[in-house]
Amino acid sequence: MAERLLEVNDLKVRFATEDGTVSAVDGISMELERGKVIGIVGESGSGKSVTAMTMMGLTRGVNARFEGEVLYKGTDLLKVSDRGMQNYRGNELGMIFQDPMTSLNPVYRIGEQIVEAIQAHENVDKRTARSRTVELLRQVGIPNPEVRVDDYPHQFSGGMRQRAMIAMALSCNPSILIADEPTTALDVTIQAQIVELINRLKDDFNSAVIFITHDLGVIAEIADEIIVMYAGRVVERGSKRDLFYDPQMPYTWGLLGSIPRLDRPRVERLHTIEGSPPSLINLPEGCKFRPRCPHAFEKCKQEPPLENRVGTPGHLDRCWLDVEYKRAHRDETISPGSEAAA
Amino acid sequence: MTALDQAVEPGDTPLLEVRHVKKYFPIKQGVVQREVARVHAVDDVSFTVREGETLGLVGESGCGKSTLGRTIIRLLEPTDGQIIFQGHDISHLRTGKLRPLRREMQMVFQDPYASLNPRKRVGTIVSDPMKIHNLGSRAEQKRRVGEILETVGLSPEHYNRFPHEFSGGQRQRIGIARALALRPKLIVADEPVSALDVSIQSQMLNLLDDLQNELRLTYIFIAHDLGVVRHVSDRIAVMYLGKLVEVSPAEELYTRPIMPYSEALLSAVPIPDPDLAEKRERIVLEGDVPSPINPPSGCRFHPRCRYATDVCGQVEPPLVDYGSGHLAACHHPLNVDQATLQQVGVAEQYTPAESDSSTLPQDTSGRSSPAAAPNSD
Repeated sequence: MAERLLEVNDLKVRFATEDGTVSAVDGISMELERGKVIGIVGESGSGKSVTAMTMMGLTRGVNARFEGEVLYKGTDLLKVSDRGMQNYRGNELGMIFQDPMTSLNPVYRIGEQIVEAIQAHENVDKRTARSRTVELLRQVGIPNPEVRVDDYPHQFSGGMRQRAMIAMALSCNPSILIADEPTTALDVTIQAQIVELINRLKDDFNSAVIFITHDLGVIAEIADEIIVMYAGRVVERGSKRDLFYDPQMPYTWGLLGSIPRLDRPRVERLHTIEGSPPSLINLPEGCKFRPRCPHAFEKCKQEPPLENRVGTPGHLDRCWLDVEYKRAHRDETISPGSEAAA
Repeated sequence: MTALDQAVEPGDTPLLEVRHVKKYFPIKQGVVQREVARVHAVDDVSFTVREGETLGLVGESGCGKSTLGRTIIRLLEPTDGQIIFQGHDISHLRTGKLRPLRREMQMVFQDPYASLNPRKRVGTIVSDPMKIHNLGSRAEQKRRVGEILETVGLSPEHYNRFPHEFSGGQRQRIGIARALALRPKLIVADEPVSALDVSIQSQMLNLLDDLQNELRLTYIFIAHDLGVVRHVSDRIAVMYLGKLVEVSPAEELYTRPIMPYSEALLSAVPIPDPDLAEKRERIVLEGDVPSPINPPSGCRFHPRCRYATDVCGQVEPPLVDYGSGHLAACHHPLNVDQATLQQVGVAEQYTPAESDSSTLPQDTSGRSSPAAAPNSD
């Protein structure tokens, strides 16, 4: 079995705000081994980015409260001091942010920013750091890196900026790469390039990846295991095949049914999940998806625990519905109108 | 054809004709602001939109699709060419003359967070267009706002709220309500769902569909998500670097793309099905879209095209009519057999003036056969 790099146990993150306490993440657990890709899917406000930023120690503040553990190679990162985190960020965990337009500093050259990252973590002279930077830019597919290293961010296109961000995240050979919506701001053609790049670099650098996205199509291409989040909770978790071919949670069905798909005949009307996600300050009682769930019944007023109900090992969900009932009814949601088309 | 499609059968009268429209932006430098170069954002584009239909406009960022949308509704003035709306040339009308026209064509913007004034109440945002055009008394305007809010799935009680009190999806509904306030005929929707979550996105697409049926709207739907575009469109126009490279009935573009760029664009769309995703051969386009300041010669796609030959770099291909409204500009068309190639002709009305109309595509080199799967080579 491959080396286990990360183990998150029942992580909870709460923020005190003027309007009340926001439970941004309420009990997420995961294990990540070298060479694996975990995909976290969910809509805005589901807690996927807060989870990632907490692992990196970026959500610490006077109003933040944490519970649970984030064990990186046995060390609980939640207990590491702010100064101590510097040894983990970059060296052990690298992060790629969503928006390559705003996460690079516009007044410094691309190269300077990567050199700075290298020198912050390693005791090397500027010349070595610079030649490493050129090499990194070459690895992420920037053409003519010896010249482009002296460009400013505005001289790079969106895709190239995201490549530069990836080069920066990889600059200190981290074991885990956390990618928070790395392809969302990009065109499909560029998105395909970036997904391919992350996959290749994962093998080259022998690292593990946490890939956060709302795009189920991208997840289907890159992830080994998938975690679906809703209102700060994990509502379903399993292997890629479990999630796509035997989804157990009506929310997952809703996500799968809401996307207009190119691999299926055009449907007349898309499935919609009625309403919008709940406020994290005033969460509904019981199952958090109950107010929007067309299959909700009496028992849903109690919150179902995340457990294995299907029998496939490692496939967990939070839904009281009978497994056979779900298998009989989910296609109405996932592929509406497919019976008519067939 | 489904029953729904028949209900909104597009009419034959063109609502909008775009004839050889160009939009260049000057790049100025120096003390005297001398023009040193031009961005060729939209470069000789022609098409027509029939009443009641939805035309999807797709392409990568920087291909000029938003500029084209803005030029059509005259937020921008075209550098050259004509825009004919309901039989009138509106290409160079001045502000005053444009005003009555604004009632007929409206726009829905991409970012629901940036396109609503945060200091105005919802009621004001939606009723302002009616005030500007002096439509009805204040009481009537207020009643109408209530009606429109209900049409788009909000409630009349939202009249006195501010935009920040709404979620992204609700804000986009307000944006749509504002566009509907003047009962326009044409709505240009520029990436109306791309800033929204998937579950909200599908609500919005269904809403736009319902509104089209109820109000007989015509849409120009600009988006980069090919799944979304296929779902909403009757016809689809593909743009690359300011040029129209393919126009096709919606379904046909997906089963039978003729221009290699359309093929690559389709193949880049990730498919939410792990087994299919693994089996599929993907064409990953190298590099980025070139700069529109100095676009490549000949076919603008040739530096990134895997089928490109010498002719592609030298001669701009004309838009060729492959029948049933399917036009494409390519020297090496895909999914076309030799027999069809003998019969096709240039679509004179739509083809760019600079293209060489005498060069019809010759070569099918055994890789194009309409019966075979699109990626059979």
